[in-house]
Amino acid sequence: MLRIEFHHSREEKLMRRLLPGCLCLLLGLTACAPGEPAKQKLIVTGSSTIAPLVAEMARRFESLNPQIQVDVQSGGSSRGIADVRKGIADIGMVSRDPGDDERDLQWYAIARDGIGIIVNRQNDVTQIPKEQLRAVYTGTITDWNQVNGHQQQITVVNKAEGRSTLDVFLKYFALKNSDIKPHVIVGENQQGIKTVAGNTGAIGYVSIGSAESAITEGVAIKLLPMNSVAASVLNVRSGSFPIARSLHLVTRDKIEAISRRFITFAQSDKVHDLIEAQYFVPLTR
Amino acid sequence: MFRLRADSILHNLARASALVSAGILGLIVLFLIREALPAVYDIGVFAFLHDLSWHPLENQFNLVPMIVASLLVTAGALVLAAPLGIATAVFSSYYANHTIGAGLQRLIELLAGIPSVIFGFWGLVSIVPIIAAWQAPGASLLAAALVLALMILPTIALMSHTAIKAVPESLIRAATALCLDRFAMLRHVVLPAAASGITTAVILAMGRAIGETMVVLMVAGNVVSLPDTVFAPVRTLTANIALEMSYADQHHRAALFFSGLLLMILVTALAWLGSWFAGSRLATAGRQSI
Repeated sequence: MLRIEFHHSREEKLMRRLLPGCLCLLLGLTACAPGEPAKQKLIVTGSSTIAPLVAEMARRFESLNPQIQVDVQSGGSSRGIADVRKGIADIGMVSRDPGDDERDLQWYAIARDGIGIIVNRQNDVTQIPKEQLRAVYTGTITDWNQVNGHQQQITVVNKAEGRSTLDVFLKYFALKNSDIKPHVIVGENQQGIKTVAGNTGAIGYVSIGSAESAITEGVAIKLLPMNSVAASVLNVRSGSFPIARSLHLVTRDKIEAISRRFITFAQSDKVHDLIEAQYFVPLTR
Repeated sequence: MFRLRADSILHNLARASALVSAGILGLIVLFLIREALPAVYDIGVFAFLHDLSWHPLENQFNLVPMIVASLLVTAGALVLAAPLGIATAVFSSYYANHTIGAGLQRLIELLAGIPSVIFGFWGLVSIVPIIAAWQAPGASLLAAALVLALMILPTIALMSHTAIKAVPESLIRAATALCLDRFAMLRHVVLPAAASGITTAVILAMGRAIGETMVVLMVAGNVVSLPDTVFAPVRTLTANIALEMSYADQHHRAALFFSGLLLMILVTALAWLGSWFAGSRLATAGRQSI
């Protein structure tokens, strides 16, 4: 094809000269907003269970303290501890109790989380002893009539690998995830609740807060007691419900003023609504 | 002269856009490879095929059941949706009267606009309990294939409809002149002429099905095992990534990126295979009809 090039008009030349400049200016503007003083930065890393909660707390903290910027990253409890030890993060988030080799850090509990066993509302089983529940999850008990129910196949609902609810459940029953013989694997608590509500033979476990609010909304599930302790937010708060853990923030011994301020804020009742919105249980102090 | 300048601007714009799209795709692939490499080095490709199971926290990384599940769910959805979709297109363009045909088209366009998370939720609260009452646990290969089929049906129906409408009027007139009845005309003239468009529709639908995440995550049960019946729960590659990515680190994370890379290779290979198959089949079909 023949291609004809005419000399460029003046406007076009002007455009060509200005265009790169405009682009650079645009990029520059988005890259840095000049004229603002440097913000104090607080870095929080760790447990993916706590991260969404702390992110909400951070947003509220920032709106109260505009000169401080809080950066929340999730990556697991172990990363939280490692980052704090290395000094990469100011505060770590850890969704379990401290191990013996982790006493070098300062631990601050901010909330509790309880895990309740749920079954379909039509199921007439009112409680399952710990050993039998373990047998249900490992596949030795497969029918409800083996645990005082009507004859029906049990559908075992388990959580996906890496979820902290799964960790707590495994720890309580002293199981490995590969020991469990699940029929359905779910991610979010809501998916677990919907799955159990839609299958009369299903059994699952979820955060007690989320199960309680689903039951209030009329979803067809019920919570089973554990060791004769009712699965309720109240019993999680009082510490009597056995399948529970505390959610912690951790720091090194020497602590900066803004870290201390954030931790005091996270432990105060100014964030109780945020804790409840994430289905965790605030600590009463 | 003005036209030429407009042309050259458009030419450069189009070239730049094409470069940007290709560049982004290239960057995604590079990123996937970079994130997946630690898995290949430390775990080894062999482990992905021969480990006992998928328990990344216990260093078991077998991906085979999930690859099989992805392929089975996609095949199931296509087997259900392709005949239905093509039949719908044929009906609305050749058998239905104008009002019903147009109404049907609107309805399918509406179906195409429903977000996948709605399909997933609907599947979880209505399809899964129905199957569960029949064969526990309900969340299964069958549920996933059923809901996915409904989801890709509009893609197949709408694109097949376009392909059928694009068959040249002259061919139809010739067929009518030969006194072919409607069925013979469809079978020997319209469908062969529209075959490449219909195949493209099916390939696109297949890509959508294999890449679909939310629907499968909600209704497939997500248990990592090779299914022995259609009522068995399965976990696809996409559901696995969605379930575990935000909770994964180190090797687990790298293994998930590796499965993402695998998924991309799988989709590319299937699409290529599909168009190659269609190309060779169409060539022979064309020769036969001439």
